[in-house]
Amino acid sequence: MFQFCADPEQLEGLTWLSCYLTTGKHLNLYWSVVTVLILLAITAPTALLFGFGGASAARSRIAPLRWIGKTYIAVVRGIPDIAFFLFFVIALDQGIEYLRHKVLCPDWDQPIRQGNDFIVCQAAKMPLGNSSQWVHEAYGFAIAVLTFAIVFGAFAANVLFGAMRAVPRAQLETAEAYGMSPRQIFRRVLVPQMWVYALPGLGNLWMVLVKATPLLFLLGVEDIVYWARELGGSKTPRFTDYPHGDWRMWYFLALLVFYLALTAISERFITRAMGRLTHGQATTGGEAQRKLG
Amino acid sequence: MSCIQTIQDYGLRAIGIGERLLPREDFTLCEQFTLIGSGMIWNVYFGLTALVTGFFFATALALGKASPRKGLRTPSEWFIFIFRGSPLFIQFFFAYFVFLSMKSQFPIFNGLTSAWAGAVIVLFCNTSAYSAEIFYGALQSIPKGDVEAADAYGLSGWARFKRVIWPTMMRLAWPAYTNEAIFLFHATTLVYISSFPAWQQRGDALYYASYFADKTFNPFIPYPILAGYFVLLTLVVISIFGIINRRLNRHLPGEQRQKLRLRPNLIR
Repeated sequence: MFQFCADPEQLEGLTWLSCYLTTGKHLNLYWSVVTVLILLAITAPTALLFGFGGASAARSRIAPLRWIGKTYIAVVRGIPDIAFFLFFVIALDQGIEYLRHKVLCPDWDQPIRQGNDFIVCQAAKMPLGNSSQWVHEAYGFAIAVLTFAIVFGAFAANVLFGAMRAVPRAQLETAEAYGMSPRQIFRRVLVPQMWVYALPGLGNLWMVLVKATPLLFLLGVEDIVYWARELGGSKTPRFTDYPHGDWRMWYFLALLVFYLALTAISERFITRAMGRLTHGQATTGGEAQRKLG
Repeated sequence: MSCIQTIQDYGLRAIGIGERLLPREDFTLCEQFTLIGSGMIWNVYFGLTALVTGFFFATALALGKASPRKGLRTPSEWFIFIFRGSPLFIQFFFAYFVFLSMKSQFPIFNGLTSAWAGAVIVLFCNTSAYSAEIFYGALQSIPKGDVEAADAYGLSGWARFKRVIWPTMMRLAWPAYTNEAIFLFHATTLVYISSFPAWQQRGDALYYASYFADKTFNPFIPYPILAGYFVLLTLVVISIFGIINRRLNRHLPGEQRQKLRLRPNLIR
């Protein structure tokens, strides 16, 4: 990275550290930190969307839609999430390949499950065997995002379902009295007002989502946990220019601090958002704000 | 081999009693049920030990956080922030490597790198921090009248704490604490992944579940079995905590009693 890093054996102290921390593998580590942030940035809105869909379905007037929504909320509970994550990734992967197999290779006569093996035709492999490395990585990442979105979507659905019920009945009745249709009430009255009731739950969920990101490791993405273990392990001079002992402890300490900072910052943001959303609402918080201001 | 034979061989396999060799091929449903169930012994052990010891430490932490003295308050607040603000997964890894380097310097710490001690310490700290936050919240919402009444009866110090504050705190915190307990049992599955090694294949439930999933390439049998066991465990926890909840609320009229409300528990 730097000019003076050409001969690491001559370096000492801080210069050595600055060279050590900018090796190619460390850049991979930093990239995986960015991946975590990207994952959060994609998953949070997707899960919210899933949650919104689930909650709207659960309070729908059409019975089958309501059953789907309620089942979606109910299924994810009561099962340890880890088991869910491990199960879901393989299930999604095999499910997609199975469907593609049925469509793309209709004249395949061998069974897909041959004892212990899961075999589909070449054209149905996801991603295709001859595609480049980044496609494989992107596919793994997309599966991870989908898993996170489905699991967290169920919890968001639960929070939003509660929030929708918490909006005062009088507000909806007033809207009805003004002659609004159910759809208008939903869009103009219910949805704008529910956020203040949903935010504590959603904030909680966000914290949990932040803290669930190390599970990417389980989904086979080369994430921060992978790189911390990889880079921290003791290195002998034979394989690297920067030999050191077992430093995994320090790498995980850095990760711990990273997550603590992330939660501390989020907490501050949530407090501020709560202040803004409470403004003008028919809640104790809103009332207190009105008296102050 | 009949199913009873399998249960005799593998029922206590997770704690090293019975057949040494795990089944290698032709896995029957019975074998999967038995071995995963045998692994549950460890999950129950992790959860129960951390829960019981953590309960006392959490009470101390909650009182520390509510204390007017800064010397007690600040350390409690920091302990709670550190263990609630970071992922349990990272805590497991960090603790494991700390124990590993401690072991290499002082042989006394040898036991800490094995799951039965090391993982329990991490779970203990984690559940203490979360429970302390719950207890602290309950401590803050004890009705003012209760404490004033205690004062009026001339109760103070330890007697007031034991007879008025602590029971009320427990009563208010119990529904949330039930959720915490359920979560803790679910979190024991993390032990398997967090690199605390299973000695002589004496693993926990997830260890055996992923063993079967690896060998058969079929996740659709072992993981649902694991989930089923956890649902059962959750039901047991709920019923035990429900009995305690009923006892804590026995002096209240039926209307005011707090019901246990289960809220979703997630990864932390």
